[in-house]
Amino acid sequence: MVRVAEPVIQVDELVRTFHTRRGLFRRSGKEVEAVRGVSFTVERGELFGLLGPNGAGKTTTIKMLITLLLPTAGRARVLGHDVVKDAHDVRGKVGYVFGGDRGLYERLSGLDNLRYFAELYGVPARESKQRVGELLELVGLVGREKERVEGYSRGMRQRLHIARGLLHRPEVLFLDEPSIGIDPVGARELRATVKNLVDAGTTVLLTTHYMFEADELCDRIAVIAQGRIVAQGTPADLKQQVTTGTVIEIEIFGLPDGVLEKVRAEPDVQSVVVDVQGQAQVLTVHAQPGADVLQAVMAHLEGSRFGRVITREPTLEDAYIELVNAA
Amino acid sequence: MLRLVGVAWWLQVKMRSRSAFDGLLSLLWPGFFATTIFMMFRQGDASGPALLSAAVGSSAMGIWSAVSTTSAFALQMERRQGTLELLVLAPQPFALLLVPLTLSMATIGAYSMVATLLWGRIAFGIEISIADPVAFVLAVVVTVFAIGMLGMLIAISSIRYRSAWAVGSALEMPVWLICGFLVAINDLPAWVRPLSAVLAPTWGVAAMRSAATGHSPWANLGWCLLTAASYGVIAVLVSRWMVHSARANATLALS
Ligand SMILES: Nc1ncnc2c1ncn2[C@@H]1O[C@H](COP(=O)(O)OP(=O)(O)OP(=O)(O)O)[C@@H](O)[C@H]1O
Ligand SMILES: [Mg+2]
Repeated sequence: MVRVAEPVIQVDELVRTFHTRRGLFRRSGKEVEAVRGVSFTVERGELFGLLGPNGAGKTTTIKMLITLLLPTAGRARVLGHDVVKDAHDVRGKVGYVFGGDRGLYERLSGLDNLRYFAELYGVPARESKQRVGELLELVGLVGREKERVEGYSRGMRQRLHIARGLLHRPEVLFLDEPSIGIDPVGARELRATVKNLVDAGTTVLLTTHYMFEADELCDRIAVIAQGRIVAQGTPADLKQQVTTGTVIEIEIFGLPDGVLEKVRAEPDVQSVVVDVQGQAQVLTVHAQPGADVLQAVMAHLEGSRFGRVITREPTLEDAYIELVNAA
Repeated sequence: MLRLVGVAWWLQVKMRSRSAFDGLLSLLWPGFFATTIFMMFRQGDASGPALLSAAVGSSAMGIWSAVSTTSAFALQMERRQGTLELLVLAPQPFALLLVPLTLSMATIGAYSMVATLLWGRIAFGIEISIADPVAFVLAVVVTVFAIGMLGMLIAISSIRYRSAWAVGSALEMPVWLICGFLVAINDLPAWVRPLSAVLAPTWGVAAMRSAATGHSPWANLGWCLLTAASYGVIAVLVSRWMVHSARANATLALS
């Protein structure tokens, strides 16, 4: 058994370099440092998000954790098992779902795909049938399960993937962009499913490019850029690390000349952006952290006709963009 | 474990028999072999036992061709489909997952055996009188298994090497010769014979011939099973190393 105090995932200065070879005889290849010293921990029952731009090293990190790639340097433990020395122990206990439409047997039906993987992952024979049925229900493929995967839409394949990843009730689930290609209703159902799993005690590591998804789901997030972690914390923490304060969005009809410059000149205003939306212009004002600029801004706009005025806190997306740009 | 192999085998057979194109090839291919061989033996005025021996040998060739050319390629297909990683993730010895894979190919190849024997009968009037039918069927099953196991050994190298699928095609014809599918092993140069002895299909084909002609096939069958089982042990060890190497060199996925 794992000791209570030990994190479920423990990553310590993990490094992975790829060598790409060109040609058979010329060994002069290129080196890609995909992951350059990443450390983080995930506690039991936590939902941890790994966010970062394309090519940041998210998938590479996950593949090292689930024993598909050997680290070039550093160490990682999953459920107390070393991912290099005890790879076998890790494999039976983790689930892996990735985005995209590969990873399925096209010529078999959805049902047969699940049957096959249930055997592979050692689901006991007497449970297998019921488990497969349960999961088809969960991902909403009941009624289509006898059709060949060849004829499935992208979202249906993604759903089947998710079912496959859950077959053996993994203690730790690695979701690499699981919501890609799924329609909004399905994506919401997926989020509910993930929440239920976490509530039932599953530990989840998730990557996604949808910030609202990460914000809604994740207990903690690490932002990774160019193979390094640039920020880590709860979604609220990350939003606070951002140098921008409150955001004001003002819908205005006919912005008088010179007003924009005056608003910009306000000491507590960090930036102002104007967007034209139909008849109206939308003024987006970022305040300095901790400052309240609404009164001052509105004073400059005296006499104009307003639509909506919204004051909001910076979103995770605002925070993410700033963190990644700074990296 | 048996259940795993059984279920996986069945689903693999299902998958493989669903492509009309492959299906057609696996019927035509052995037809050509058999025709060539029967005509050659005819020209040589062979008759009776010699023709029967040729029929048995050429049907084994059909099975082996089906396995050798596809077994190494199969893992490349899995890689392309993105399922190779999922196979490696399964908490089973990788070699065990390959058994149903290559066994399914051998099974499909066994269709070609039936086709060959029927073709020999219809087109060439070769009377297939089998002295000990029960032993013969048993020998066929064991030979199919043995050829599947040999195919597995070939498949293993393509876990690590993306282009190792060519190995299978390269070994197709040498194995015909060395295993005595066509030519009697005693006619081969002496240095080849130890090689024949470690190839399980050699013993399987010999057992099939013994059973067909009314000799005792049991010793040959025993050797066939023994060599095939030893491939299993080798495969477990080698595949462990191959998977490790593939993890180091990032060759489990295409990217
Ligand atoms: N097998 C490989 N061989 C060579 N380079 C690779 C290999 N796999 C990944 N890389 C490189 O490593 C870097 C990180 O890739 P990775 O797939 O981890 O990014 P990611 O964060 O998952 O991106 P995305 O959001 O696009 O999925 C990229 O530069 C990529 O080209
Ligand atoms: Mg990725």
